[in-house]
Amino acid sequence: MSNPTPPVGPGLPETQTLVPDTVTEPAKQRAGKQAKAARSASLWTDAWYDLRRRPMFIISMIIILILLIMSFWPSLFTSVDPYNARTCDLSTARQGPSPGHLFGRDNLGCDVYARTIYGARNSIVIGVFTTLITTLVGGLLGIVAGFRSGVVDTVSSRLTEIFFAIPPILGALLIAATFRGRANSIMLVIIALAVLGWPMTFRIMRAAVITAKNQDFVIAARALGAGAGRIMFRHLLPNSLAPVIVVATINLGTFIAAEAALSFLGVGVQSPDISWGLMIADARNRFLEASLPLVFPAVFLSITVLAFIMMGDAVRDALDPKLR
Amino acid sequence: MANDSSERILEVRDLVKHFPLTQGILFKKQIGAIKAVDGVSFDLNRGETLGIVGESGCGKSTLAKVLMALERPTSGSVKINGRDIAKARGGELKRMRRNIQMVMQDPYTSLNPRMTVGDIIGEPYEIHTEVAPKGDRSRRVQELLEVVGLNPDHLNRYPHQFSGGQRQRIGIARGLALQPEIIVCDEPVSALDVSIQAQVINLLERLQNEFNLAYIFIAHDLSVVRHISDRVGVMYLGKFVELGKDTEIYDRPAHPYTQALLSAVPVPDPEGREQRERIILQGDPPSPANPPSGCRFRTRCWKAQEICAQEEPLLQIRPGTGHESACHFAETHDVVHVS
Repeated sequence: MSNPTPPVGPGLPETQTLVPDTVTEPAKQRAGKQAKAARSASLWTDAWYDLRRRPMFIISMIIILILLIMSFWPSLFTSVDPYNARTCDLSTARQGPSPGHLFGRDNLGCDVYARTIYGARNSIVIGVFTTLITTLVGGLLGIVAGFRSGVVDTVSSRLTEIFFAIPPILGALLIAATFRGRANSIMLVIIALAVLGWPMTFRIMRAAVITAKNQDFVIAARALGAGAGRIMFRHLLPNSLAPVIVVATINLGTFIAAEAALSFLGVGVQSPDISWGLMIADARNRFLEASLPLVFPAVFLSITVLAFIMMGDAVRDALDPKLR
Repeated sequence: MANDSSERILEVRDLVKHFPLTQGILFKKQIGAIKAVDGVSFDLNRGETLGIVGESGCGKSTLAKVLMALERPTSGSVKINGRDIAKARGGELKRMRRNIQMVMQDPYTSLNPRMTVGDIIGEPYEIHTEVAPKGDRSRRVQELLEVVGLNPDHLNRYPHQFSGGQRQRIGIARGLALQPEIIVCDEPVSALDVSIQAQVINLLERLQNEFNLAYIFIAHDLSVVRHISDRVGVMYLGKFVELGKDTEIYDRPAHPYTQALLSAVPVPDPEGREQRERIILQGDPPSPANPPSGCRFRTRCWKAQEICAQEEPLLQIRPGTGHESACHFAETHDVVHVS
């Protein structure tokens, strides 16, 4: 093998075109036509195009939008300021609905409607941010661990097992109590819940990635010379996102409820601050005498959770070309 | 001869791929190895098709993966135009991949279900940005669709909207995108209906003529391999037992294993079928973790003698045969045509 070998390069000489000219002509014409007529599709643009036509997505987005407006400008919805103690009247405690106080009054004689509106902010902020953090952290680590396997996977999997071994409420209580006073109570709740919540997302993402990464299309991408980033984010992520979206939207409600448990145990949101969880916890003792102070925040909580689950479902379906 | 070697674009020498068998979780101890590919050598010339046949588990697909540098070989070399892809890393490996591409077996899993056909065929250009300027890519993708016989307007469709045969064409278009010289076809038609198989095989042959491609064609269907191949290699337990021109292998097989394989090919002639010789092999192939000593086929061979257990037969041209075979008692014997 003494003769010189040609350098590795494009397989065919540059002068040789891929297609005989007879074939290229119609292709060129068609390409020109297409460029004018059609959009260039990709998974995300197609999904967005599809979502805008899904009633379930539109309804859930309207609900979420209303809830967000409610969190940012609660005074648009009620003229009563529940943070002002003078709006409460102990002598009217647990009164039923009356004009001006449609949802009735709670244990301290405060307006349940106004408190529910004002409670949206803390509850939604805690729910949404905890979900975002757990999904981002757990999801990213899950992709990397599932794709890299080996040492990275072993170390991060053992780490999540340590977190799984901590009883969630006890762990959150510990974190919130330890750092109490160093940060605002809402942030503390978010951090405590996120620290204990991400291993769940991690596991689901990792399992989905491990299933996806042995499929032929990933091997084909490697054979093309695709790098780790492209394989993880173009091939693995879209194909393992579905279970993560479902769990994340369901978890959102769990986090709002967990905030209530923490408030009940004395960390997290505390009176006079308002949150749905706190309201539910307060009204629980007198539920038989006055059910409305518990029912209304609970209904709002359910609507919020439902809206996010509906949105998650719609997004998941839109990201599956087979279901369009 | 000089002309001959310049035409040679792929040189595989003593290729070995062992998968270690380990025991223990924390302190892994190697207790053995699956010898999936165990000393394979062959050459491939420009524009030529080498068929590789063998039963399930003989190492065909592992061989394909090592050739594609998807697995690192335990030892040996895979030289493409004189450069060893098995030792290439990083940017060099990426450049070398432009020259060797693959078509996979299962058209239902080899395409990302969440990418449009345009994205799938265009991905090679996104990875190797130097091949086509950005504005040129969609035109090239449409050309490729046309070359493999699909409607170029279907750019924005998803794989599930196509049939198995059409999907395999998409896979072929993806393999062609970088204009490679070598395409490794790992059972490209096994998952397709017989009528579609013929279409895809004809497409592969047309593309070979048009672009002067060299194919490594892996299959277990002997008639398909014969149809498309110039030369055929027969694999058994990680080794070639016979290698030669397709006519030599099919009309004058020298290795008992090849003869047994060929005798199992269905013959569409009810009269000839009656008097045809059938060689039925006994037992299963031995485990590749612990192959027999000497000749690996000896445990199932009717010719086996003392020497077969002691001395490993090398792949070489034997007396009385015109091509390479690895049997101490090689003799040509036509099993396909009725005598």
